[in-house]
Amino acid sequence: MVYFRSDNIISSLGFSTKETFSSIFNGDIGIRQVEDSSIYHEPFPASMIDLNRLNSEFEILANKYSNTKEYTKLEKMLLLSIEEALRKSGVNIKSKRTGIIISTTKGNIDLLETNNFPKDRVMLWKLGDVISDFFDNPNKAIIISNACISGVLAINTAAMYINSGRFDNMIVTGADIVSRFVVSGFMSFLSLSPTACKPFDKTRDGLSLGEAAATLILSNKRENNEHNIVHRGGASANDANHISGPSRTGEGSFIAIDKAIKESGLNYNEIDHISAHGTATPFNDEMESIAIHRHGMDKVPVNSIKGYLGHTLGAAGVVETAILLEEMRRNTMIATAGYNEHGVTNYINVLSKNTPQNLNACLKMASGFGGSNAAMIVSKSSK
Amino acid sequence: MKKEALKIETYCMVKNNRIVVDGHLVFEDQDAVGLKAFAKTAYRHLKPSYNKFFKMDEISKLAFVAAEFLLKDVNLEKYKSEELSVVLSNSESTMVTDKNHQQSISDKDNFFPSPSVFVYTLPNIMIGEISIRHNMKGDNAFFIVENFNADLIANHINNLFLTNKSSAFIGGWVNYSDDKYEAFLYLASESGSILHNASEIEKIFKINH
Repeated sequence: MVYFRSDNIISSLGFSTKETFSSIFNGDIGIRQVEDSSIYHEPFPASMIDLNRLNSEFEILANKYSNTKEYTKLEKMLLLSIEEALRKSGVNIKSKRTGIIISTTKGNIDLLETNNFPKDRVMLWKLGDVISDFFDNPNKAIIISNACISGVLAINTAAMYINSGRFDNMIVTGADIVSRFVVSGFMSFLSLSPTACKPFDKTRDGLSLGEAAATLILSNKRENNEHNIVHRGGASANDANHISGPSRTGEGSFIAIDKAIKESGLNYNEIDHISAHGTATPFNDEMESIAIHRHGMDKVPVNSIKGYLGHTLGAAGVVETAILLEEMRRNTMIATAGYNEHGVTNYINVLSKNTPQNLNACLKMASGFGGSNAAMIVSKSSK
Repeated sequence: MKKEALKIETYCMVKNNRIVVDGHLVFEDQDAVGLKAFAKTAYRHLKPSYNKFFKMDEISKLAFVAAEFLLKDVNLEKYKSEELSVVLSNSESTMVTDKNHQQSISDKDNFFPSPSVFVYTLPNIMIGEISIRHNMKGDNAFFIVENFNADLIANHINNLFLTNKSSAFIGGWVNYSDDKYEAFLYLASESGSILHNASEIEKIFKINH
C-alpha cells in the first residue's frame, strides 16, 4: 500500500495546504491583475506568490540548516514546501530509502535572462542536485518534465517506486513560476483569459497562469491517525492526435482513466468525486467532459480549482492532489470558482458551491501539450 | 498468469551524422552540417511523406528520424494502440528551442514570440510527435537526467509492464545542445533476445556510443 503521509502547498493563497485550502473554502481568488513590465509589457491576470513572505520564510529555513548559499525564487519555493511537508511527516529525508521526484515544466528558466547564477543552474537536472544537496538526500533526484501532466505523472511514478520496493518513502514536489518566458509564450498562443479563468463555464475564454510549489510525501507505512488515504491506481496516455490541441473525443484522457480505474480495483460507481484539470480553455474543458461522459460518470461531482490559483503548470497536479486530499479529510468538496452557467456540451455535474459529502474514492485528471493525459485514483484505506 | 520478461527487440543510435540500427550502419551523410541538415537528409532517405516533419524543431526532428529508423521493419499493428508507450529522457530538455523563444522576447522593441516555437519548449512534445506518427496511445513519461541513465528508463518501463499498463515500449534518450546531438531509442516487447534491464541497455548504449 502507498499512503499519503503529508503535504504542503505554497501558493498565492497560503504557505501550507491548510492555509491555501481555508482561503479557497472561503472563496478567495488568488488571481489578480499583475503589473510587472519585467514579465510582460501589459497588465495580465495571474496568481503570484508573495515574494516578501517567501524571502523571509526562506531566511528562517536557511538559518535552521545553517545554509548561506544563494537560491532562486523557484528553489526557495520548492525547499520551503518540502520542509513544511517533511516536518509533519516524520519521514527521514537523509535515508537511502527516501527518494525525491521533482515535477516541473520550465524550472529556473528565468535564469536565461540573468547572470546571477552559474550557467548550468538553468538546467533541470541541476535543480535536482540543488534540492537533494540542501536536505542531504543521498539519492539523485528524479526530474519529470511532461508538460501539464507532470505532477500527476510524478505521483503515479512515486507510487510505482514504492510498490516495486525500490524506496520506502517518496517526496514528490512540483513547482513552476510565472516568468516572462511562459507568459509571452501563452500570450502568443492567445490562450490567456483577460480575467480570472472560468472553468467549464459558458463564457470561459482561456486560462490564467499561476505560480506555486507543492509537496506530497508518500510512504509504505501509514500514519497514526484516522485520515489514511492511499494511492490506488494511476496511468497516463497519449491522444496520438495533435501536439497543442486536445483530442475531440477525449481519447487519451479516456484511456488514462480506464487504466487507472482498472488498477484501483474499484468500480466506476464507487468514485465519489472528480478533480478535473479544468484549465478553462474552450477545448480542454470540452474534452474532459467528453472523457467523463464516455465513462458514464455524468453524475459524479466535478470541480476545478484553477479559478482560485490559476494554472500552475508542473506544480498543478501536485497542488490539486493536495487540495483533493484535504477535501477527502474534511468530506467537503470545493466549488469551481468562475463557473456560473454550464458551458460544455455534455452534462457533467460541475460543483458551483462548496458541498459536504462523504468522500471515499476520488479521481484526479490532468491533460497537457504533447497530447498527454494522466489519471489517478485515491481512496481512504479501510484501516 | 506469468508474463514473459520484456526484451529489447531492436535499437537505433543517431549521432555524428550516422544512423546505426541493431549494430549495423544503415545511413550516413558526412556532408550534412549540423542536426538540421542531417535530419533532413535522413528523412529524405526513408521518404515517409509526412509534412508535419518540416514544422518540427530540431530535437523533435531528431526524435522523429530515430523512431522512423527504429520502427522501419517493425509491425506495431499487432498491438492495441493504448498498449504502446513512450518513455524518453535527456539532459538538455529543450534548451536550444528555449533560447530561440527567449531571443524572440528579450527585446521589448523587437518582440515576436511565436506559438509554433513556444509549443516546442516542452520535451514531451517529442513523445507526442512519435505517438502521433505511430499511433501510440499508451503511457508517456519524460525524465531529465544529467547523463544517460539506463536504470531510470528500464525501471520505469518494467514497472509499467508489470502493472499491465502496456505491452510494447519505446525507451531511450534524445539530446541536443548547441554543438552536439544524440538519439538512442529501443523497442522493448516480449519478442527479441536481449533481456530488458539496465546493464544490457547500458552495454548497447556504450558499444554504439
